[in-house]
Amino acid sequence: MNVLLDHLPEFREGFIGTVLLTLSSGLLAMVLGVIVAGFRVSPVPPLRFLGAAWVTLFRNTPLTLLFLIAWFVVPVIFWPGLSPWTKAILALGFYTSAFVCEAVRSGISTVPLGQAEAARSIGMTFIQTLRLIVLPQATRTVIAPLSSIFIALTKNSAIAGAFSVAELFGVQKLLSDKGFAIVPIFLFVAIAYLIITFTISGLFRLLERRMGVAR
Amino acid sequence: MAEVSVTKDAAPAADELVALRNVNKHFGALHVLQDIDLTIDRGEVVVVIGPSGSGKSTLCRAINRLETVESGTITIDGKPLPQEGKELARLRADVGMVFQSFNLFAHKTVLENVMLGQVKVRKAEKSAAEDKARKLLDRVGVGTQADKYPAQLSGGQQQRVAIARALAMDPKIMLFDEPTSALDPEMINEVLEVMQQLARDGMTMVVVTHEMGFARSAANRVVFMADGRIVEEATPDQFFSHPRSDRAKDFLSKILHH
Ligand SMILES: Nc1ncnc2c1ncn2[C@@H]1O[C@H](COP(=O)(O)OP(=O)(O)O)[C@@H](O)[C@H]1O
Ligand SMILES: [Mg+2]
Repeated sequence: MNVLLDHLPEFREGFIGTVLLTLSSGLLAMVLGVIVAGFRVSPVPPLRFLGAAWVTLFRNTPLTLLFLIAWFVVPVIFWPGLSPWTKAILALGFYTSAFVCEAVRSGISTVPLGQAEAARSIGMTFIQTLRLIVLPQATRTVIAPLSSIFIALTKNSAIAGAFSVAELFGVQKLLSDKGFAIVPIFLFVAIAYLIITFTISGLFRLLERRMGVAR
Repeated sequence: MAEVSVTKDAAPAADELVALRNVNKHFGALHVLQDIDLTIDRGEVVVVIGPSGSGKSTLCRAINRLETVESGTITIDGKPLPQEGKELARLRADVGMVFQSFNLFAHKTVLENVMLGQVKVRKAEKSAAEDKARKLLDRVGVGTQADKYPAQLSGGQQQRVAIARALAMDPKIMLFDEPTSALDPEMINEVLEVMQQLARDGMTMVVVTHEMGFARSAANRVVFMADGRIVEEATPDQFFSHPRSDRAKDFLSKILHH
């Protein structure tokens, strides 16, 4: 117990770090994932190809490799001087966006084709059809898979700790390096992750119930 | 896939609204539209009839380019159908479509269904769109259902809402693809009456239907399709009393036996 009480600031910083990292890369993944899903169902072949390539690339690359690329390749070729935070968010966000895209796409495929045809036949553009008719009806089926994706994202964010971003998992390394007993430390870290992932699944279940009542 | 070419070999007649010239389409090996020539004049009501699988729905859907065609030209009000994009969307707003399965937006109320196109496509004011939507819903006899969701309505009511949704765009022409085929018998008439009223009001209509009562009372012309071809075109009286082709005689004897 002492380990926790004596290092409460470190634990707190790590906890907040993990929450912020999950939130911001989750947001990036959502935005990218929905856009890329739009690409994948668009009537424009080059966009469809781009969407498929995006998913193939980011879903099949190990996340650690993406971190290495974000750390050592991106600054050299694209933007030098990125903060470790930004690099971690980019790696996690891009990686997760591929999974979000596929979840959204399978949600889209559950919406009857007639809905989109009716929308197009009153003169809606492709983007209007997607935004106003198809995506709102896909949301309900997308919520459950999204919940798992965000829980995976929370745990994946631990990799950032190995790249010296202040987050929960890094706290464990910091303290065990100082020679504290590792078992209680691991226990506290695990509990902290549980708190976050339980919150996520709780929030999503609430959302799912809300959507059920809405219609 | 070749796109519709923009040829102008003849000036369109003054009252010609839709013209299909030599239109062809395949689904894989199936030649679903074969050399289709069809002209629909302003104010005309054309009933398309024919056995299942003869290409009636495909013909209907080709007119607002829900299906692309491989060769031939389709013009609406003298303008050839454009490529997928903003211009096509604008043109589709002028072509109302009513589906066999209604296809009302399931997550929107009846009122929202009829307002949505006005607000998002025609950029109408919300209040004006609502007024117009309520008037149209009254006109098709479902004014009291405005705040319900589609799933809470009967099939006949849903189809009348779908007609109101299409009318809200002030279309130049209305396409109906078997609008009463998914309905219980007691609901067919309430939908046909709305369509009959539309026809009397001078709306240009293409109606795929096997309802002979409607064809006889509302249609100017009957187009009989079989195996992707237009086999016969005649007035309703001529067609139902004295069909010329064997295919039509055969088909009529089958549906009359019911
Ligand atoms: N999207 C499609 N893909 C492949 N075949 C199709 C498609 N739509 C229709 N068909 C086929 O084309 C033929 C004509 O269909 P359709 O136009 O729906 O006929 P109808 O409305 O007269 O019953 C049918 O044999 C049908 O199976
Ligand atoms: Mg059909």
